[in-house]
Amino acid sequence: MSARGRGEGRRGVVIAVVSTVVVFTALGLAIVNSPGWPEVKAQFFNWDEFKATFPDVLHAFWLNVKLFCIAEVFILPLALLLAIVRSLPGPVFFPLRILAIAYTDFFRGVPTILVIVTLGFGAPALQLQGVPQSTLFWGIVSLVLVYTAYVSEVYRAGIESVHPSQNAAARSLGLNHLQAVWYVIVPQAVRRVIPPLLNDFIGLQKDTALVGILGAIEAFKQTQIDQAASFNFTSSVCAALLFVAITIPLARFTDWLVARDRRRQFAGATA
Amino acid sequence: MTEATATALRLEDVHKSFGNTEVLRGIDLTVGEHQVVCLIGASGSGKSTLLRCVNLLEPIDEGRILVDGVEITADGVDVNEVRKGIGIVFQAFNLFPHMTVLANVTLGPRKALDLRRAEAEAQALELLARFGLADRRGDYPDRLSGGQQQRVAILRALAMKPKLLLLDEVTSALDPELVSEVLQLIRELAEGGMTMVVATHEMGFARDIADRVCFLDGGSILEEGTPEQIFTQPREPRTQQFLARIVAAGRL
Repeated sequence: MSARGRGEGRRGVVIAVVSTVVVFTALGLAIVNSPGWPEVKAQFFNWDEFKATFPDVLHAFWLNVKLFCIAEVFILPLALLLAIVRSLPGPVFFPLRILAIAYTDFFRGVPTILVIVTLGFGAPALQLQGVPQSTLFWGIVSLVLVYTAYVSEVYRAGIESVHPSQNAAARSLGLNHLQAVWYVIVPQAVRRVIPPLLNDFIGLQKDTALVGILGAIEAFKQTQIDQAASFNFTSSVCAALLFVAITIPLARFTDWLVARDRRRQFAGATA
Repeated sequence: MTEATATALRLEDVHKSFGNTEVLRGIDLTVGEHQVVCLIGASGSGKSTLLRCVNLLEPIDEGRILVDGVEITADGVDVNEVRKGIGIVFQAFNLFPHMTVLANVTLGPRKALDLRRAEAEAQALELLARFGLADRRGDYPDRLSGGQQQRVAILRALAMKPKLLLLDEVTSALDPELVSEVLQLIRELAEGGMTMVVATHEMGFARDIADRVCFLDGGSILEEGTPEQIFTQPREPRTQQFLARIVAAGRL
Protein backbone atom coordinates (compact mmCIF):
# COMPACT_ATOMS: atom_id res chain seq x y z
CA MET A 1 0.00 0.00 0.00
CA SER A 2 1.30 3.48 -0.87
CA ALA A 3 1.85 6.23 1.71
CA ARG A 4 -1.22 7.95 0.36
CA GLY A 5 -3.19 4.71 0.72
CA ARG A 6 -2.13 4.35 4.35
CA GLY A 7 -3.12 7.96 5.07
CA GLU A 8 -6.54 7.36 3.55
CA GLY A 9 -6.90 4.18 5.59
CA ARG A 10 -6.21 6.05 8.83
CA ARG A 11 -8.62 8.83 7.87
CA GLY A 12 -11.25 6.17 7.17
CA VAL A 13 -10.89 4.73 10.66
CA VAL A 14 -11.24 8.17 12.25
CA ILE A 15 -14.38 8.92 10.23
CA ALA A 16 -15.86 5.53 11.17
CA VAL A 17 -15.21 6.06 14.88
CA VAL A 18 -16.58 9.61 14.95
CA SER A 19 -19.71 8.81 12.97
CA THR A 20 -20.40 5.71 15.09
CA VAL A 21 -20.09 7.66 18.34
CA VAL A 22 -22.34 10.44 17.00
CA VAL A 23 -25.05 8.08 15.77
CA PHE A 24 -25.17 5.91 18.88
CA THR A 25 -25.05 8.90 21.27
CA ALA A 26 -27.95 10.49 19.39
CA LEU A 27 -29.90 7.22 19.48
CA GLY A 28 -29.20 6.74 23.21
CA LEU A 29 -30.18 10.28 24.06
CA ALA A 30 -33.41 9.98 22.06
CA ILE A 31 -34.41 6.85 23.97
CA VAL A 32 -33.39 8.09 27.42
CA ASN A 33 -35.18 11.41 26.92
CA SER A 34 -38.37 9.89 25.57
CA PRO A 35 -41.47 10.56 27.71
CA GLY A 36 -41.97 6.91 28.69
CA TRP A 37 -38.34 6.07 29.44
CA PRO A 38 -38.53 5.99 33.26
CA GLU A 39 -41.36 3.50 33.05
CA VAL A 40 -39.63 1.36 30.40
CA LYS A 41 -36.47 1.41 32.47
CA ALA A 42 -38.30 0.17 35.52
CA GLN A 43 -40.14 -2.51 33.55
CA PHE A 44 -37.29 -3.86 31.40
CA PHE A 45 -33.99 -2.78 32.88
CA ASN A 46 -34.54 -3.17 36.58
CA TRP A 47 -31.25 -4.18 38.24
CA ASP A 48 -32.84 -5.68 41.34
CA GLU A 49 -35.23 -7.66 39.22
CA PHE A 50 -32.32 -8.77 37.04
CA LYS A 51 -30.41 -10.09 40.04
CA ALA A 52 -33.50 -11.84 41.33
CA THR A 53 -34.50 -13.62 38.12
CA PHE A 54 -31.11 -14.33 36.53
CA PRO A 55 -30.33 -17.61 38.37
CA ASP A 56 -33.69 -19.13 37.45
CA VAL A 57 -33.47 -18.02 33.82
CA LEU A 58 -29.90 -19.30 33.61
CA HIS A 59 -30.99 -22.63 35.02
CA ALA A 60 -33.85 -22.83 32.51
CA PHE A 61 -31.55 -21.75 29.68
CA TRP A 62 -29.49 -24.86 30.31
CA LEU A 63 -32.46 -26.80 28.92
CA ASN A 64 -32.32 -24.72 25.72
CA VAL A 65 -28.64 -25.57 25.38
CA LYS A 66 -29.39 -29.27 25.77
CA LEU A 67 -32.27 -29.05 23.29
CA PHE A 68 -30.31 -27.40 20.50
CA CYS A 69 -27.21 -29.51 21.04
CA ILE A 70 -29.14 -32.77 20.89
CA ALA A 71 -31.21 -31.58 17.91
CA GLU A 72 -28.16 -30.38 15.96
CA VAL A 73 -26.42 -33.75 16.39
CA PHE A 74 -29.30 -35.33 14.45
CA ILE A 75 -29.94 -32.46 12.03
CA LEU A 76 -26.46 -32.24 10.49
CA PRO A 77 -26.15 -35.86 9.29
CA LEU A 78 -29.83 -36.32 8.42
CA ALA A 79 -29.90 -33.14 6.35
CA LEU A 80 -26.75 -34.21 4.51
CA LEU A 81 -28.30 -37.59 3.79
CA LEU A 82 -31.41 -35.86 2.45
CA ALA A 83 -29.34 -33.58 0.22
CA ILE A 84 -27.36 -36.55 -1.13
CA VAL A 85 -30.58 -38.46 -1.83
CA ARG A 86 -31.83 -35.47 -3.81
CA SER A 87 -28.64 -35.50 -5.87
CA LEU A 88 -28.94 -39.17 -6.88
CA PRO A 89 -29.00 -39.43 -10.68
CA GLY A 90 -31.08 -41.60 -12.96
CA PRO A 91 -34.70 -42.69 -13.20
CA VAL A 92 -34.28 -45.51 -10.65
CA PHE A 93 -34.03 -43.03 -7.81
CA PHE A 94 -36.94 -40.88 -8.97
CA PRO A 95 -39.25 -42.03 -6.10
CA LEU A 96 -36.56 -41.27 -3.52
CA ARG A 97 -35.94 -37.83 -5.00
CA ILE A 98 -39.67 -37.10 -5.00
CA LEU A 99 -39.91 -38.14 -1.33
CA ALA A 100 -36.96 -35.93 -0.41
CA ILE A 101 -38.47 -32.96 -2.25
CA ALA A 102 -41.90 -33.50 -0.67
CA TYR A 103 -40.35 -33.72 2.78
CA THR A 104 -38.36 -30.52 2.33
CA ASP A 105 -41.30 -28.60 0.86
CA PHE A 106 -43.60 -29.68 3.68
CA PHE A 107 -41.40 -29.05 6.69
CA ARG A 108 -40.04 -25.79 5.36
CA GLY A 109 -43.56 -24.61 4.65
CA VAL A 110 -45.26 -25.41 7.96
CA PRO A 111 -44.57 -22.99 10.83
CA THR A 112 -42.29 -24.59 13.43
CA ILE A 113 -44.72 -23.76 16.20
CA LEU A 114 -47.46 -25.82 14.52
CA VAL A 115 -45.18 -28.83 14.15
CA ILE A 116 -44.22 -28.58 17.82
CA VAL A 117 -47.83 -28.27 19.02
CA THR A 118 -49.08 -31.05 16.75
CA LEU A 119 -46.36 -33.56 17.60
CA GLY A 120 -45.85 -32.44 21.22
CA PHE A 121 -49.50 -32.80 22.17
CA GLY A 122 -50.65 -35.22 19.46
CA ALA A 123 -48.04 -37.98 19.49
CA PRO A 124 -48.20 -38.75 23.24
CA ALA A 125 -52.01 -38.60 23.07
CA LEU A 126 -51.99 -41.59 20.72
CA GLN A 127 -51.01 -43.67 23.77
CA LEU A 128 -49.33 -46.18 21.52
CA GLN A 129 -47.04 -48.74 23.07
CA GLY A 130 -43.44 -47.77 22.54
CA VAL A 131 -44.23 -44.18 21.58
CA PRO A 132 -42.49 -41.93 24.08
CA GLN A 133 -44.77 -39.78 26.24
CA SER A 134 -42.19 -37.12 26.94
CA THR A 135 -43.09 -33.74 25.48
CA LEU A 136 -39.40 -32.86 25.45
CA PHE A 137 -38.74 -35.85 23.21
CA TRP A 138 -41.38 -34.68 20.76
CA GLY A 139 -40.15 -31.11 21.00
CA ILE A 140 -36.71 -32.26 19.88
CA VAL A 141 -38.21 -34.44 17.14
CA SER A 142 -40.15 -31.42 15.83
CA LEU A 143 -37.07 -29.23 15.74
CA VAL A 144 -35.09 -31.98 14.00
CA LEU A 145 -37.83 -32.45 11.39
CA VAL A 146 -38.09 -28.75 10.58
CA TYR A 147 -34.42 -27.89 10.64
CA THR A 148 -33.37 -30.97 8.68
CA ALA A 149 -35.48 -29.57 5.84
CA TYR A 150 -33.81 -26.15 6.03
CA VAL A 151 -30.27 -27.47 6.44
CA SER A 152 -30.62 -29.99 3.61
CA GLU A 153 -31.27 -27.08 1.26
CA VAL A 154 -28.10 -25.41 2.50
CA TYR A 155 -26.12 -28.58 1.81
CA ARG A 156 -27.77 -28.93 -1.60
CA ALA A 157 -26.75 -25.41 -2.55
CA GLY A 158 -23.20 -26.30 -1.54
CA ILE A 159 -23.24 -29.55 -3.50
CA GLU A 160 -24.50 -27.78 -6.62
CA SER A 161 -21.85 -25.07 -6.28
CA VAL A 162 -19.02 -27.58 -6.78
CA HIS A 163 -18.04 -27.49 -10.45
CA PRO A 164 -19.11 -30.53 -12.50
CA SER A 165 -15.49 -30.99 -13.59
CA GLN A 166 -14.73 -32.19 -10.04
CA ASN A 167 -17.30 -34.92 -10.43
CA ALA A 168 -15.94 -35.77 -13.88
CA ALA A 169 -12.42 -36.06 -12.45
CA ALA A 170 -13.59 -38.34 -9.65
CA ARG A 171 -15.72 -40.53 -11.92
CA SER A 172 -12.91 -40.78 -14.49
CA LEU A 173 -10.81 -42.49 -11.81
CA GLY A 174 -13.44 -45.21 -11.61
CA LEU A 175 -15.15 -43.99 -8.44
CA ASN A 176 -18.89 -44.66 -8.42
CA HIS A 177 -21.42 -41.87 -7.95
CA LEU A 178 -21.65 -42.16 -4.18
CA GLN A 179 -17.87 -42.34 -3.75
CA ALA A 180 -17.45 -39.24 -5.92
CA VAL A 181 -20.10 -37.42 -3.89
CA TRP A 182 -18.71 -38.53 -0.55
CA TYR A 183 -14.97 -38.08 -1.06
CA VAL A 184 -14.87 -35.23 -3.58
CA ILE A 185 -18.10 -33.22 -3.72
CA VAL A 186 -19.35 -33.22 -0.11
CA PRO A 187 -16.08 -32.14 1.56
CA GLN A 188 -15.85 -29.13 -0.76
CA ALA A 189 -19.57 -28.38 -0.45
CA VAL A 190 -19.56 -28.47 3.36
CA ARG A 191 -16.57 -26.12 3.58
CA ARG A 192 -18.42 -23.61 1.43
CA VAL A 193 -21.66 -23.67 3.42
CA ILE A 194 -20.28 -23.45 6.95
CA PRO A 195 -21.45 -19.82 7.37
CA PRO A 196 -25.07 -20.55 6.32
CA LEU A 197 -25.01 -23.74 8.42
CA LEU A 198 -24.12 -21.59 11.41
CA ASN A 199 -26.97 -19.31 10.45
CA ASP A 200 -29.44 -22.17 10.70
CA PHE A 201 -27.85 -23.40 13.93
CA ILE A 202 -28.46 -19.99 15.49
CA GLY A 203 -32.05 -20.10 14.20
CA LEU A 204 -32.42 -23.48 15.89
CA GLN A 205 -31.05 -22.13 19.17
CA LYS A 206 -33.66 -19.43 19.20
CA ASP A 207 -36.47 -21.76 18.17
CA THR A 208 -35.81 -23.99 21.18
CA ALA A 209 -37.83 -21.33 23.02
CA LEU A 210 -40.90 -22.68 21.18
CA VAL A 211 -40.63 -25.96 23.08
CA GLY A 212 -41.74 -23.96 26.15
CA ILE A 213 -45.25 -24.10 24.70
CA LEU A 214 -45.35 -27.79 25.58
CA GLY A 215 -44.77 -26.93 29.24
CA ALA A 216 -41.04 -27.54 29.42
CA ILE A 217 -39.42 -24.88 31.56
CA GLU A 218 -36.81 -23.45 29.25
CA ALA A 219 -35.59 -19.87 29.33
CA PHE A 220 -38.59 -18.27 27.62
CA LYS A 221 -41.09 -20.20 29.73
CA GLN A 222 -39.18 -19.19 32.85
CA THR A 223 -39.39 -15.50 31.89
CA GLN A 224 -43.14 -15.87 31.47
CA ILE A 225 -43.37 -17.39 34.93
CA ASP A 226 -41.29 -14.54 36.35
CA GLN A 227 -43.37 -11.95 34.56
CA ALA A 228 -46.61 -13.46 35.79
CA ALA A 229 -45.32 -13.13 39.36
CA SER A 230 -43.77 -9.65 39.19
CA PHE A 231 -45.30 -7.91 36.17
CA ASN A 232 -41.73 -6.99 35.24
CA PHE A 233 -40.06 -7.79 31.91
CA THR A 234 -36.43 -7.63 33.01
CA SER A 235 -36.22 -11.42 32.93
CA SER A 236 -36.80 -11.23 29.15
CA VAL A 237 -33.69 -9.10 28.86
CA CYS A 238 -31.90 -11.73 30.94
CA ALA A 239 -32.91 -14.47 28.53
CA ALA A 240 -32.00 -12.34 25.48
CA LEU A 241 -28.52 -11.74 26.89
CA LEU A 242 -28.03 -15.46 27.47
CA PHE A 243 -28.95 -16.34 23.88
CA VAL A 244 -26.63 -13.66 22.53
CA ALA A 245 -23.86 -14.81 24.86
CA ILE A 246 -23.90 -18.13 23.02
CA THR A 247 -24.33 -16.96 19.43
CA ILE A 248 -21.67 -14.25 19.28
CA PRO A 249 -18.70 -16.38 20.43
CA LEU A 250 -19.96 -19.19 18.19
CA ALA A 251 -20.02 -16.87 15.17
CA ARG A 252 -16.48 -15.66 15.84
CA PHE A 253 -15.30 -19.24 16.35
CA THR A 254 -16.80 -20.28 13.01
CA ASP A 255 -15.18 -17.30 11.25
CA TRP A 256 -11.84 -18.40 12.69
CA LEU A 257 -12.43 -22.00 11.61
CA VAL A 258 -13.27 -20.97 8.04
CA ALA A 259 -10.28 -18.62 7.85
CA ARG A 260 -7.93 -21.32 9.10
CA ASP A 261 -9.21 -23.78 6.53
CA ARG A 262 -8.82 -21.22 3.73
CA ARG A 263 -5.26 -20.45 4.81
CA ARG A 264 -4.37 -24.10 4.66
CA GLN A 265 -5.92 -24.73 1.28
CA PHE A 266 -5.24 -21.53 -0.64
CA ALA A 267 -1.78 -20.07 -0.78
CA GLY A 268 -1.88 -16.35 -0.08
CA ALA A 269 -5.61 -16.06 -0.77
CA THR A 270 -6.33 -14.42 2.56
CA ALA A 271 -4.06 -12.49 4.87
CA MET B 1 -0.12 -48.55 -42.36
CA THR B 2 1.60 -51.40 -40.59
CA GLU B 3 -0.50 -52.79 -37.80
CA ALA B 4 2.06 -54.95 -36.05
CA THR B 5 0.59 -54.47 -32.58
CA ALA B 6 -2.77 -55.43 -31.13
CA THR B 7 -5.59 -52.91 -31.17
CA ALA B 8 -6.00 -51.04 -27.87
CA LEU B 9 -8.83 -48.73 -28.86
CA ARG B 10 -11.23 -48.71 -31.75
CA LEU B 11 -13.99 -46.25 -32.58
CA GLU B 12 -16.53 -47.25 -35.21
CA ASP B 13 -18.78 -44.62 -36.73
CA VAL B 14 -19.21 -42.71 -33.47
CA HIS B 15 -21.82 -39.97 -33.49
CA LYS B 16 -22.53 -37.51 -30.69
CA SER B 17 -24.86 -34.53 -30.55
CA PHE B 18 -25.48 -31.89 -27.93
CA GLY B 19 -29.06 -30.80 -28.59
CA ASN B 20 -29.26 -30.08 -32.29
CA THR B 21 -25.53 -29.67 -32.75
CA GLU B 22 -23.77 -32.76 -34.02
CA VAL B 23 -20.31 -32.62 -32.45
CA LEU B 24 -19.01 -35.97 -33.70
CA ARG B 25 -20.13 -37.03 -37.18
CA GLY B 26 -19.05 -40.61 -37.65
CA ILE B 27 -15.60 -41.02 -36.14
CA ASP B 28 -13.57 -44.09 -37.11
CA LEU B 29 -10.29 -44.43 -35.28
CA THR B 30 -7.96 -47.27 -34.38
CA VAL B 31 -5.17 -47.01 -31.84
CA GLY B 32 -2.70 -49.85 -31.51
CA GLU B 33 -1.07 -50.87 -28.26
CA HIS B 34 1.87 -48.64 -27.31
CA GLN B 35 0.85 -46.15 -29.98
CA VAL B 36 0.52 -42.42 -29.49
CA VAL B 37 -2.18 -40.81 -31.58
CA CYS B 38 -2.45 -37.02 -31.61
CA LEU B 39 -5.69 -35.24 -32.40
CA ILE B 40 -5.26 -31.80 -33.88
CA GLY B 41 -7.80 -29.31 -35.13
CA ALA B 42 -9.42 -26.01 -34.28
CA SER B 43 -11.32 -25.44 -31.03
CA GLY B 44 -14.79 -26.93 -31.37
CA SER B 45 -13.69 -29.56 -33.87
CA GLY B 46 -14.67 -32.31 -31.45
CA LYS B 47 -11.32 -33.36 -29.94
CA SER B 48 -12.39 -33.04 -26.29
CA THR B 49 -15.78 -34.60 -26.88
CA LEU B 50 -14.13 -37.57 -28.56
CA LEU B 51 -11.90 -38.17 -25.53
CA ARG B 52 -14.79 -37.70 -23.08
CA CYS B 53 -16.83 -40.25 -25.05
CA VAL B 54 -14.00 -42.80 -24.85
CA ASN B 55 -13.94 -42.32 -21.06
CA LEU B 56 -17.76 -42.69 -21.04
CA LEU B 57 -18.11 -39.26 -19.46
CA GLU B 58 -20.40 -38.52 -22.41
CA PRO B 59 -22.78 -41.16 -23.79
CA ILE B 60 -22.57 -41.61 -27.56
CA ASP B 61 -25.62 -41.53 -29.81
CA GLU B 62 -24.50 -43.99 -32.48
CA GLY B 63 -21.60 -46.27 -33.24
CA ARG B 64 -19.36 -48.39 -31.03
CA ILE B 65 -16.23 -47.94 -28.95
CA LEU B 66 -14.08 -50.97 -28.20
CA VAL B 67 -11.21 -51.23 -25.75
CA ASP B 68 -9.03 -54.32 -26.14
CA GLY B 69 -11.70 -55.73 -28.41
CA VAL B 70 -14.49 -55.37 -25.82
CA GLU B 71 -17.34 -53.02 -26.62
CA ILE B 72 -17.54 -50.50 -23.78
CA THR B 73 -20.54 -48.66 -25.20
CA ALA B 74 -22.78 -51.74 -25.03
CA ASP B 75 -25.79 -51.81 -22.70
CA GLY B 76 -25.10 -53.12 -19.24
CA VAL B 77 -21.39 -52.39 -19.24
CA ASP B 78 -20.11 -51.31 -15.81
CA VAL B 79 -18.80 -47.81 -16.53
CA ASN B 80 -16.75 -47.74 -13.33
CA GLU B 81 -14.88 -50.89 -14.37
CA VAL B 82 -14.20 -49.44 -17.82
CA ARG B 83 -12.92 -46.16 -16.41
CA LYS B 84 -10.47 -47.91 -14.08
CA GLY B 85 -8.56 -48.98 -17.18
CA ILE B 86 -8.71 -45.63 -19.00
CA GLY B 87 -7.04 -42.56 -17.55
CA ILE B 88 -8.02 -39.08 -18.64
CA VAL B 89 -6.27 -35.79 -17.89
CA PHE B 90 -8.12 -32.53 -18.35
CA GLN B 91 -7.11 -29.12 -19.64
CA ALA B 92 -7.97 -27.47 -16.30
CA PHE B 93 -6.21 -30.15 -14.17
CA ASN B 94 -9.35 -30.74 -12.04
CA LEU B 95 -7.28 -31.70 -9.03
CA PHE B 96 -9.24 -32.04 -5.80
CA PRO B 97 -8.50 -28.75 -4.01
CA HIS B 98 -9.34 -30.05 -0.53
CA MET B 99 -6.83 -32.88 -0.72
CA THR B 100 -3.05 -32.93 -0.57
CA VAL B 101 -1.04 -34.09 -3.57
CA LEU B 102 -0.65 -37.53 -2.00
CA ALA B 103 -4.38 -37.81 -1.27
CA ASN B 104 -5.18 -36.76 -4.84
CA VAL B 105 -2.96 -39.47 -6.27
CA THR B 106 -4.11 -42.22 -3.89
CA LEU B 107 -7.87 -41.59 -3.99
CA GLY B 108 -8.48 -43.71 -7.10
CA PRO B 109 -6.35 -46.69 -6.06
CA ARG B 110 -7.79 -46.66 -2.54
CA LYS B 111 -11.47 -46.27 -3.37
CA ALA B 112 -11.85 -47.70 -6.88
CA LEU B 113 -9.19 -50.42 -6.67
CA ASP B 114 -9.67 -51.09 -2.93
CA LEU B 115 -5.96 -50.86 -2.20
CA ARG B 116 -4.92 -50.50 1.43
CA ARG B 117 -3.83 -46.98 2.32
CA ALA B 118 -0.22 -47.96 3.03
CA GLU B 119 0.11 -49.79 -0.26
CA ALA B 120 -1.54 -47.00 -2.26
CA GLU B 121 0.70 -44.40 -0.62
CA ALA B 122 3.85 -46.40 -1.22
CA GLN B 123 3.00 -46.70 -4.92
CA ALA B 124 2.03 -43.04 -5.15
CA LEU B 125 5.25 -41.91 -3.49
CA GLU B 126 7.28 -44.00 -5.88
CA LEU B 127 5.42 -42.39 -8.79
CA LEU B 128 5.83 -38.88 -7.37
CA ALA B 129 9.53 -39.49 -6.75
CA ARG B 130 10.09 -40.77 -10.27
CA PHE B 131 8.75 -37.51 -11.68
CA GLY B 132 10.36 -35.17 -9.15
CA LEU B 133 7.27 -34.35 -7.11
CA ALA B 134 7.92 -36.31 -3.92
CA ASP B 135 8.65 -33.19 -1.88
CA ARG B 136 5.23 -31.76 -2.77
CA ARG B 137 3.29 -34.74 -1.43
CA GLY B 138 1.88 -32.86 1.55
CA ASP B 139 0.97 -29.68 -0.33
CA TYR B 140 -2.50 -28.65 -1.40
CA PRO B 141 -2.87 -28.13 -5.17
CA ASP B 142 -3.24 -24.36 -4.82
CA ARG B 143 0.33 -24.13 -3.55
CA LEU B 144 1.71 -25.71 -6.72
CA SER B 145 2.58 -24.05 -10.01
CA GLY B 146 0.33 -24.83 -12.97
CA GLY B 147 2.93 -27.16 -14.42
CA GLN B 148 3.26 -29.04 -11.15
CA GLN B 149 -0.52 -29.28 -10.84
CA GLN B 150 -0.86 -30.75 -14.29
CA ARG B 151 1.95 -33.22 -13.63
CA VAL B 152 0.20 -34.30 -10.44
CA ALA B 153 -3.03 -34.69 -12.43
CA ILE B 154 -1.23 -36.94 -14.92
CA LEU B 155 0.24 -39.01 -12.07
CA ARG B 156 -3.20 -39.24 -10.48
CA ALA B 157 -4.41 -40.88 -13.69
CA LEU B 158 -1.28 -43.08 -13.91
CA ALA B 159 -1.72 -44.31 -10.34
CA MET B 160 -4.65 -46.35 -11.61
CA LYS B 161 -2.22 -48.18 -13.93
CA PRO B 162 -4.43 -47.57 -16.97
CA LYS B 163 -3.96 -49.41 -20.25
CA LEU B 164 -4.90 -46.27 -22.12
CA LEU B 165 -4.31 -42.62 -21.31
CA LEU B 166 -6.34 -39.77 -22.78
CA LEU B 167 -4.85 -36.28 -22.62
CA ASP B 168 -7.21 -33.41 -23.33
CA GLU B 169 -5.17 -30.30 -24.23
CA VAL B 170 -3.22 -30.69 -21.02
CA THR B 171 -0.91 -27.74 -21.71
CA SER B 172 -3.49 -25.23 -22.97
CA ALA B 173 -4.14 -23.70 -19.55
CA LEU B 174 -0.44 -23.31 -18.72
CA ASP B 175 1.88 -20.33 -18.90
CA PRO B 176 4.32 -20.87 -21.81
CA GLU B 177 7.34 -21.41 -19.54
CA LEU B 178 5.53 -24.24 -17.71
CA VAL B 179 4.56 -26.18 -20.84
CA SER B 180 7.86 -28.00 -21.34
CA GLU B 181 7.93 -29.77 -17.96
CA VAL B 182 4.52 -31.30 -18.71
CA LEU B 183 5.46 -32.24 -22.27
CA GLN B 184 8.66 -33.84 -20.96
CA LEU B 185 6.61 -36.07 -18.65
CA ILE B 186 4.35 -37.12 -21.52
CA ARG B 187 7.40 -37.85 -23.67
CA GLU B 188 8.74 -40.15 -20.98
CA LEU B 189 5.40 -41.95 -20.86
CA ALA B 190 5.42 -42.35 -24.63
CA GLU B 191 8.95 -43.77 -24.50
CA GLY B 192 7.79 -46.14 -21.78
CA GLY B 193 5.20 -47.52 -24.20
CA MET B 194 2.03 -45.99 -22.77
CA THR B 195 -0.86 -46.07 -25.22
CA MET B 196 -2.12 -42.51 -25.54
CA VAL B 197 -4.63 -40.40 -27.39
CA VAL B 198 -3.54 -36.79 -27.12
CA ALA B 199 -5.62 -33.79 -28.12
CA THR B 200 -3.18 -30.93 -28.46
CA HIS B 201 -2.43 -27.52 -29.91
CA GLU B 202 1.32 -28.11 -29.52
CA MET B 203 2.17 -29.05 -33.09
CA GLY B 204 5.90 -29.41 -32.53
CA PHE B 205 5.18 -31.80 -29.70
CA ALA B 206 2.68 -33.76 -31.79
CA ARG B 207 5.25 -34.10 -34.56
CA ASP B 208 7.80 -35.43 -32.06
CA ILE B 209 5.82 -38.01 -30.17
CA ALA B 210 2.92 -39.08 -32.38
CA ASP B 211 2.88 -42.32 -34.28
CA ARG B 212 -0.16 -40.99 -36.07
CA VAL B 213 -1.82 -37.59 -36.32
CA CYS B 214 -5.53 -37.08 -36.97
CA PHE B 215 -6.85 -33.75 -38.16
CA LEU B 216 -10.39 -33.17 -36.91
CA ASP B 217 -12.65 -30.72 -38.64
CA GLY B 218 -16.32 -30.18 -37.86
CA GLY B 219 -16.63 -33.44 -35.93
CA SER B 220 -14.99 -35.72 -38.50
CA ILE B 221 -11.47 -37.00 -38.97
CA LEU B 222 -10.70 -35.24 -42.22
CA GLU B 223 -7.16 -36.48 -42.61
CA GLU B 224 -5.01 -39.03 -40.86
CA GLY B 225 -1.41 -40.05 -41.31
CA THR B 226 2.12 -40.04 -39.97
CA PRO B 227 3.31 -36.73 -38.51
CA GLU B 228 5.65 -36.43 -41.48
CA GLN B 229 2.74 -36.70 -43.91
CA ILE B 230 0.35 -34.38 -42.08
CA PHE B 231 2.81 -31.64 -41.23
CA THR B 232 4.79 -31.55 -44.47
CA GLN B 233 2.39 -32.69 -47.20
CA PRO B 234 -1.20 -32.35 -45.99
CA ARG B 235 -3.60 -33.46 -48.72
CA GLU B 236 -6.79 -31.71 -47.66
CA PRO B 237 -7.19 -27.96 -48.24
CA ARG B 238 -8.71 -27.57 -44.74
CA THR B 239 -5.68 -29.19 -43.15
CA GLN B 240 -3.41 -26.94 -45.19
CA GLN B 241 -5.37 -23.86 -44.06
CA PHE B 242 -5.28 -24.94 -40.41
CA LEU B 243 -1.55 -25.61 -40.45
CA ALA B 244 -0.88 -22.35 -42.31
CA ARG B 245 -2.69 -20.48 -39.51
CA ILE B 246 -0.68 -22.35 -36.90
CA VAL B 247 2.57 -21.48 -38.66
CA ALA B 248 1.48 -17.85 -38.96
CA ALA B 249 0.81 -17.84 -35.21
CA GLY B 250 4.35 -19.08 -34.67
CA ARG B 251 3.31 -22.34 -33.05
CA LEU B 252 4.99 -24.77 -35.37
